[in-house]
Amino acid sequence: MTRVYWMEVKTEFLKMARMKTYSVSTVAFPLMFYAFFGLAMAATLPSGISMSRYLLATYGAFAVMGATLYAFGVGVAVERGMGWLEVKRASPMPPAAYFVAKAAVSLAFAAIVVTLLFAMGAIFGGVRMPASQWLAMWGALVAGAIPFAAIGLAIGSFAGPNSAPAIVNMVYLPLSFCGGLWLPIEILPKGLQHAAPFLPSFHLGQIALAIQQAPVQGTIANHAEALAAFGLVCAGVAWIGQNRDREKTYG
Amino acid sequence: MPVAELRGVTKRYGAVEALRGVDLAIAPGELVSLLGPNGAGKTTAVRILLGLAAPTSGEAQVFGCHPACHQARVRRGALLQVGKVPDTLKVREHIELFSTYYEKPLPLAETISAAGLAGIENRLFGALSGGQKQRVLFALAICGNPPLLFLDEPTVGLDVESRRALWGRIRGFVARGGSVLLTTHHLEEADALAHRIAVINQGRIVAEGTPAAIKAQTQTSGLEDAFLAIMRENGSPLEEVIQ
Repeated sequence: MTRVYWMEVKTEFLKMARMKTYSVSTVAFPLMFYAFFGLAMAATLPSGISMSRYLLATYGAFAVMGATLYAFGVGVAVERGMGWLEVKRASPMPPAAYFVAKAAVSLAFAAIVVTLLFAMGAIFGGVRMPASQWLAMWGALVAGAIPFAAIGLAIGSFAGPNSAPAIVNMVYLPLSFCGGLWLPIEILPKGLQHAAPFLPSFHLGQIALAIQQAPVQGTIANHAEALAAFGLVCAGVAWIGQNRDREKTYG
Repeated sequence: MPVAELRGVTKRYGAVEALRGVDLAIAPGELVSLLGPNGAGKTTAVRILLGLAAPTSGEAQVFGCHPACHQARVRRGALLQVGKVPDTLKVREHIELFSTYYEKPLPLAETISAAGLAGIENRLFGALSGGQKQRVLFALAICGNPPLLFLDEPTVGLDVESRRALWGRIRGFVARGGSVLLTTHHLEEADALAHRIAVINQGRIVAEGTPAAIKAQTQTSGLEDAFLAIMRENGSPLEEVIQ
């Protein structure tokens, strides 16, 4: 039984790694954005924290969101909409294996890109932190992939195969900007600052910032609760979508 | 005891009745062809026997249990109509994964040769021709060495040569003792392969028997004429029948 899960994860990883639209853009975009805003601008925030250090946390969150939202939102929508998920369901595959493999692989991609971002920050951005902080931030960011996997699955369970990439971008990019992941939340307009606590992206960014002891709103526990709530609601929505799907019309 | 069976099955999708009281049984070692025009209910019948859809009323059984039960799932293979299969996996990787789903799968080399994939097993799925892709789907259906196959319009879109080659592989499976439910709107295909044909139209089985009996029933020589005659009797518009 464990062999089935292992093979499912391994095959899913190969499939996604070879799919350049996923693997290259998931890794390249966060690194590129961090190079532009975190390294090239070399500013210091009013709170005394360097831009390279602050944005390492928020682009980490941005990277994790990309790895999961595309893998689930687009991946499930395409495989579901084009009948591949049906072929898997008709086979004796344990039903959970499909989702477990997708989750494991998007977490793996999240881990890869966060590791590369940290290396960039340490080498080119002069970011220095105790090892425990690096590790805690890494762990929090990668674990933060889980609620976003649920959000992606909710999108992928309803969106059509052609519209899914556009829908994911319409969710991913505004969430990132308005959640203070591209630019520090304190320099965003006041209206957006008030709206940010309603966005899951904001909470993951705040957790990573809190670990590196930047000034944040609320506690890590508050933000973790908010993320868990978002994740559970989206998992429920996804569950409804997956059930509805089984009764679709066919000749 | 039949290996797969529908008893009085109806299936309603909103206002549309896809199946209206269908009885169908496949005996061990038998190849049954479900023949009918597009939209007749063929795919719905297969989906119910695969546990992908539940009947509105009536009963479906595979190997004596519910079609979605584990016992049924590990003893059947399926080739479904699928719009897109992941392109970035090699033929061998697709087969290896599906083989792990079964308790006693065929050795990889045997699946590859039975499906006619020798020489292309290391190619990415996306780089294959239409006929090769269909052979990979056939390989995924047989890799677990199941005693029962569901083939839903397996030769759609194939050229004559690929179609004949796939027929040969299906015959090979039956010769080794396997049972098959094959749906098709291709009359020649049902005639060439089936022990028994069930003609389905507008959700009802309108004729059933050996290819020869179906022909005799309507006193016409060709199966195609017989098919059209059966459809006309059942009030199906001719344009729909001819497609």
